[in-house]
This record gives sequence, structure tokens and C-alpha cells, in this order.
Amino acid sequence: MKIFLLLAASAIVTVTLPRANVPFKPGPNVDLATANCRTCHSAAYVYTQPPLNRAQWTAEVLKMKNAYGAPIDPANVDKIVDYLLTQDGKP
Amino acid sequence: MAIARLDFLIGTMSAAAATTVTLPFANGTRPLEAFPQKRKLIVLTPRPPQLETPFSIFNEGVLTPNDAFFVRWHLAGIPQSVNGATHRIKVHGLVKRPLSLSVDDLRTKYERVEIVAVNQCSGNSRGLFSPRVPGGQWDNGAMGNARWTGARLLDVLKSAGLKEGAIQIRFHGLEKPVLPTTPPFIKALSIDDLDESMLIAYEMNGEPLPLLNGYPVRLVVPGWYATYWMKMLAEIEAIDTIDDNFWMKTAYRIPDTPGNTVTPTEKGYPTIPINKMTIRSFVTNVTDGQTLHPGAQTIRGIAFTNGERLKSVEFSSDGGATWRAAKLGANYGNFSFRQWEAPFNAERGKSYVLACRATAHDGETQTTVPVWNPGGYLRNVIETYKVSVA
Repeated sequence: MKIFLLLAASAIVTVTLPRANVPFKPGPNVDLATANCRTCHSAAYVYTQPPLNRAQWTAEVLKMKNAYGAPIDPANVDKIVDYLLTQDGKP
Repeated sequence: MAIARLDFLIGTMSAAAATTVTLPFANGTRPLEAFPQKRKLIVLTPRPPQLETPFSIFNEGVLTPNDAFFVRWHLAGIPQSVNGATHRIKVHGLVKRPLSLSVDDLRTKYERVEIVAVNQCSGNSRGLFSPRVPGGQWDNGAMGNARWTGARLLDVLKSAGLKEGAIQIRFHGLEKPVLPTTPPFIKALSIDDLDESMLIAYEMNGEPLPLLNGYPVRLVVPGWYATYWMKMLAEIEAIDTIDDNFWMKTAYRIPDTPGNTVTPTEKGYPTIPINKMTIRSFVTNVTDGQTLHPGAQTIRGIAFTNGERLKSVEFSSDGGATWRAAKLGANYGNFSFRQWEAPFNAERGKSYVLACRATAHDGETQTTVPVWNPGGYLRNVIETYKVSVA
């Protein structure tokens, strides 16, 4: 048993993680959301959030830009927020 | 709503057949999917993977099976192939003897230590915050309890020999950001906070760790939130400063206020890095809103602390107006889930609010009013379960 565990612990473990294929739903500026958000994370990060208002979504986009280093053009921040607000239905 | 409810019941009663569950908050519908080395779990996000354990699992035993254990990664650059034979844990920084340890080194050169400990995401139960806060929207299933086997972190540090002036230890894993501009995931513990319970674990419930739980080795920090339990541990670095990387200085902060709670409009309060877990207890064999059969029955649940000895779990069937002591199950150690049970006689046609409350030996108990903080951390309100009897 011990030998088995030693061997098992030294093994190469390879997995294939499911592809995050779920796209953003259609909406204004969906192309900007796809290009800027899905580089690092799946669309589920948006769809599982509670209904957020403009100030909260803006804070999230700026956090992605400033804290996580997402290369979001400053001119596109409001446009991405416009899109996000259409996605949870609570502007 | 009726559809959502049905969907939830299906998810609870027959997880194998259901394709979604609906958690009890807005935007709470989630797919159920089996990721590699995992059974069907609740998918919060597929990339990076964040998987929640269906709560019914916690009723099945005190240890959470590896294939049901929750998963939470921060950054999508996760190796999908890891070689346990060539992996090295580099011990460097302010040490007298820098080390490069293989997993076999950990197994053969250091004492083999076992501990049963709860691993709980800092954001567990965030979806239940009111008002809601942004972040990973978990129900109560971003936690698990496992038997961890490995080498003591302190033994490894002793073999490297800390140099004068070292005050914190930083931990790096193999998880990498997608973009070079994203801060790498690094966590730090103060040397004053290290103790004998902390391990570099190479086994989880007697088996190698699933890749998604940090194969081949992860840090085990009993009593502390899972953010410190670095997965795929690759570097241990002694430093002479308080680590100011993003994941310590900006993220994972809690208010340094009484009870670590604030009002939603409060600003300008001091914050500190999240640290030890708050005490919690749950009912595991009844869900909120369930209809019970009449008659004598046993209510079962779990409780845990951050390492203090559990003094009691109490059960209430009148929403906390009166309490009676529950019977505690086998003791797996102070960092483990502890099962409890209490007899309950359900009268036909009546409704009840069941509740449970854990208290530690040092007096810490659960809150009657939920804590609130913008990170959605530390929830440990007394849980209640409305039931009717028919």
C-alpha cells in the first residue's frame, strides 16, 4: 500500500479542464466585453454576480483594469459598463 | 420561482441526474458538472475553475471525499499536467541553507504528520450577504474537511534555518496569471503565527491530492481561511518585511473593527489581512423550506472552530428562543468538523424554525446578526431552517 502511494504520489497527473465556451449574450458593446473580459475569465464571472448598479459595475471594471492589469482602453470603460448593466437587468 | 424551486429539489435529491441547481439568492442558478477527478459539483465559474460542494455531501460523513471537495482558483494559468516526481519546493530568501525539495524528500526526510482540518474559502457564503456584495457568489459549500498528511512547515523551515531578521514567510504556487500585468498569486504568514499544526501536505484523505486541490503538495494552515493554503506549492520564501503584494495588501482584507463588521455606507476604517476562521455550525439533514414527516426524528449537523476546543452545539426548534444541548459525535481533533445530533419531535400541521449554535471553549459563539463587510467574509450567523410538517 505504501509503495503504491509513493508511486502514485510521484506520477504525472494530467487533466483537461473543460473549455469555458459560454459566450456573453448579445447586447450593446458585447464585442468589447468579450475581448476585454474573457481573456482572463469565463463569462460566468459576470452572470453569477448579484444585480449591481452602475457605480458597482464601474468599480469592478476599474478593479480589473487597475488591480488585475487588464489592458482596457480608458475610453471603453463606460461602454463595457453599459453592456454589463444590460446583462443582469438592474441598472 | 416554482421552476427554480423544482430545479433546486432535483439538484438536492438526485444530483447525478440534475443539470443545474438554484442557490437561494438572485442569479443563483448554476450548472452541475464533473471536472477532472471530481464528481458533479456546482460550477460557479469554469475558468478559472471554481466548484462548490453540494451541501448534502456534508451529511454523508465527517470527511469530505476528495472528488466532492470544493475548488477555487484565482488565475486561469493553471498547469493541466503536473509531474509529482520532478516538482520541487524551493525554500529560499532569508535562510541559512536554501533547499530544493522533491515530494519524496518531504516523505522521507521529514516526520510524517496527519491532521484532520477544515479548509474553508474566505468567501464561503458570500452569496448570502445582505446587501449583496460583488465577488464569488458561493452558498455554504465552499468548504470541506479532510485528513491531511505531510511534513510540518516548521520542520522544513528548521532544516533550512531562518536567518536573523526574517519576519514573514511567503508562499508561491504554480498558478500563473494569464497576463503579465496581473499580480501573481502569493500569500504570506507571519513567523509569529506559525505553529506545529501547519503542514506541507502530500496526501488528502490518504490519497494524492486531486490536481484541482493542489497536486502534488499544498500548504495546510489549520484554523485559517483557505486563501493561505497555497495549492501546487512551489516556493517558500523567508522575508524581512510585511509582504505588500496585492493579495495581502489589497485583496482579502477585513475591517479591523469590533466583530470585523461595518455598515454598508461606512468608509475609512482600518483593515487587516483575513486570518483565522469564525466558528460555525449547520444542520446537514434538513434544508431550509423542507417539509418533514411528523414524528420523532433526529436532526443532524456539523460544527467547527478555528482550533479552539468545541464546548457545545445547541439546537433550537423555535428560532432560537430556547436552546438545548446537542449530542456531539466522534472527535477528530480541534480543527475538524464535529458532527452533532439532536432529537426532534415534529407535530403534524405545525411549522418550526430550526436553528443551531456552536460555542467554543474560549466563549466564542455565532452571531445573531450577520456580519457585513464589503469583501463578503467571515459569515457565521446562527443558521435557521424553516420547516413545515405534513
